[in-house]
Amino acid sequence: MDLAHTPEEEEFRVRLREWLAKVLPALPPKPSPDDWPARRAYDLGWQRMLHDAGYAGLHWPVDAGGRGATPTQHLIFLEETEKAGAPYVGANFVGLLHAGPTIAAEGTAAQRARWLPPVLRGEEVWCQGFSEPDAGSDLAALRTRARRDGDHYVVNGSKIWTSHAEVADWCELLVRTDPDAPRHRGITWLAMPMDAPGITVRPLRTLAGSAEFAEVFLDDVRVPVANRVGDENDGWRVTMVTLSFERGTAFVGEVVACRRVLAELAVAARQNGHWDDPVLRRRLGRLNAEFRALWRLTQWNVSEAEASGGGTGGGGVPGVGGSVFKLRYSHARQELYDAAADVLGPDSLDLDRPWVLDRLSALSYTIAAGTSQIQRNIVAERILGLPKGR
Amino acid sequence: MRFRLTDDQRALRDGVRGLLARRFDGAALRTAADAPGLDRSLWRELGAAGFFALRLPERDGGVGLGLPETVLAFEEAGRVLLPGPLVATHLAAGKVAGAAGGETVVTAVLGGLVEWLAGADVVQGDAEGAVPLRSVDPLTPVHRVPRVPKFSRRVAEAAGVPVPPAVADGADAVSRAGAAATDAGGVSGAGAAATDAGGVSGAWAVTGADGVSGAGAAVTGAGGVSGAGGVSGAGGVSEVDVVTGVDPVAVLLTAAEQLGTAGRTCELAVQHARTREQFGRPIGAFQAVKHLCAGMLVRTEVARAAVYAAAVTVEPADIAAARLLADEAAVRGARDCLQVHGGMGFTWESEVHLHLKRAWVRARRCGAVTESEELLAADLLA
Ligand SMILES: Cc1cc2nc3c(=O)[nH]c(=O)nc-3n(C[C@H](O)[C@H](O)[C@H](O)COP(=O)(O)OP(=O)(O)OC[C@H]3O[C@@H](n4cnc5c(N)ncnc54)[C@H](O)[C@@H]3O)c2cc1C
Repeated sequence: MDLAHTPEEEEFRVRLREWLAKVLPALPPKPSPDDWPARRAYDLGWQRMLHDAGYAGLHWPVDAGGRGATPTQHLIFLEETEKAGAPYVGANFVGLLHAGPTIAAEGTAAQRARWLPPVLRGEEVWCQGFSEPDAGSDLAALRTRARRDGDHYVVNGSKIWTSHAEVADWCELLVRTDPDAPRHRGITWLAMPMDAPGITVRPLRTLAGSAEFAEVFLDDVRVPVANRVGDENDGWRVTMVTLSFERGTAFVGEVVACRRVLAELAVAARQNGHWDDPVLRRRLGRLNAEFRALWRLTQWNVSEAEASGGGTGGGGVPGVGGSVFKLRYSHARQELYDAAADVLGPDSLDLDRPWVLDRLSALSYTIAAGTSQIQRNIVAERILGLPKGR
Repeated sequence: MRFRLTDDQRALRDGVRGLLARRFDGAALRTAADAPGLDRSLWRELGAAGFFALRLPERDGGVGLGLPETVLAFEEAGRVLLPGPLVATHLAAGKVAGAAGGETVVTAVLGGLVEWLAGADVVQGDAEGAVPLRSVDPLTPVHRVPRVPKFSRRVAEAAGVPVPPAVADGADAVSRAGAAATDAGGVSGAGAAATDAGGVSGAWAVTGADGVSGAGAAVTGAGGVSGAGGVSGAGGVSEVDVVTGVDPVAVLLTAAEQLGTAGRTCELAVQHARTREQFGRPIGAFQAVKHLCAGMLVRTEVARAAVYAAAVTVEPADIAAARLLADEAAVRGARDCLQVHGGMGFTWESEVHLHLKRAWVRARRCGAVTESEELLAADLLA
């Protein structure tokens, strides 16, 4: 049991730090959060820089075009980029963190060759078309239909809450290919080009005021059968792979960011006098404990993944442990920004103040990628082995 | 980075678990609850197995292991609710004759409380004026010791004790200093570390200051851990308090015991939820029950990561974090476990209440929770 890094890991950190110090000052200013086309361009530009420096797909297996880095190196990467204030993965979230890894794990050689390099080079953006108006938590209730027509599927239905659908090139899409099969057996995982005829994207406004996600209507959209990842009607299994990537590795870098915010809150509280309030001060102390522990849990999970040959670099699929992390983290993040509001006082009602928008966006953390209630079911049934039921 | 159990650590944990299962099983626990008392032969057996001497160097007759291994052993002790002043005796190994081998039972004043005052052979710290409490935990007799008086700046100066430089900005004042290092005979010199917003950090000595009796236990342990007692800086306070100066290792080992209770109560709840049937199905199929159990596991795993990491880093802030999370996991875990057991959970026969009561005792053992919170708050400005 140790937290020491190997000399190779330290060297990796030092070189990454040097590179970040060189490139970050030259970055263009961050675009407005409402301007998705500008955000896409900005995020892809950053991905391109990572690619050119050899940091693209760090945690992906080498035969998928990644660097095959160990989970620890990936953790160092997330830690250092966040500490240096580098751009967040942003529009590349789905492609880099779950669609890409799913294709790397489940796709054919041809599919990997077609889809993975553009994600790594920052040329193509993916979105996730899983949820539907009547199938959210109960994802297997999805009704979007795909009918075989020669070497194409013809897709009809609609998706909802599809993040950054307006600017995506590809969609990881779940469709029902056998309406007569049991719910989980008739589903197929498709890669759908977002410029195909018959797709209508209607942006939805979030409670933060921006168009972060959208409704996607599918009207006789033709998707080549060759775009199917996994077998026909075997999509539920592939979906579980995608979801474990989404919950397993997607949030770890953010803990570092939360720890920075917490330290900034303490400084702000000292400046405006709130630090003298022992109740608030101890609350910030408790949050310090919380985020320290979440960081340690991240390091623990990463070490376990590395030892089991799982994690990401080895091409393995993370286990359900990600649900444990996600559950605690999503609530801690909301508590962090609630504390921020108490540090800010009346200024917490001003959208132009730092942390106020973050407070709003944190509200989605206990819903997106599976609600807390669903995560608790997963922990209880899949980790603790309690019986299924309702 | 290899932040996971090594094979040797797993073997050690399994060994301790096996020993405790043989010597202190559920039946022994129940017997002890009805007729409490220190089992000296068990104590010696633990000593022979190296429980108290885990961190003592081999040349001194110890096992020569580190804090991570010790934490694993204390987690196991916590799981089975092993009674007795385990932490104090462990910390006394190598310093008090017979402690390492389990022949001498040592207790200590730990944050205003002393456990097993009458049952132990040696008491560390000043227990004068200790008042016996009718202990809520039938397995842990406790005495309350009078609160350590505030140690004001004036008193400190009069006693010739160096104090942090006066700070112009009141917000920068150090409000608490953890005094440390005492021997059984009283205060013989203490190192206290202070961290505060204004950058005052480091150690200063408290030597023979009158009126600072019972200022805590030694910080230097066999494992070579030396450093800070509980310290935190807080705004606007011009007084320097001497807190009880509890050894951070005592805080950490207590957290490890709490972790044991958290893990055990989660297991007990899950076992019960799988087998007890209502409405024609196991109660674990009901989401209300399921979610209680999931919450227990999440709290346990978060606490585990914090406790193990603190054992590796021995940083005061990591130890304070471990303490807060382990207390929460143990106390809430035991409560939720009781709830999952329904009426049976409210009976003397079920072991659940013993976990809850012990968790309460441990949560008070090393001073107030607010001291850990203050330390972590001050750490944010460090
Ligand atoms: C910001 C954001 C971005 C998103 N991005 C995407 C995306 O890119 N692609 C995508 O496909 N989806 C996306 N989603 C959708 C997200 O996955 C769903 O919102 C989520 O799974 C919940 O489904 P729902 O909204 O239909 O809520 P519902 O399933 O209707 O849930 C409503 C409430 O009922 C509770 N509930 C439901 N079932 C149970 C149960 N069995 N037990 C206990 N409680 C239950 C839920 O916990 C919740 O509190 C996004 C959501 C958000 C908020």
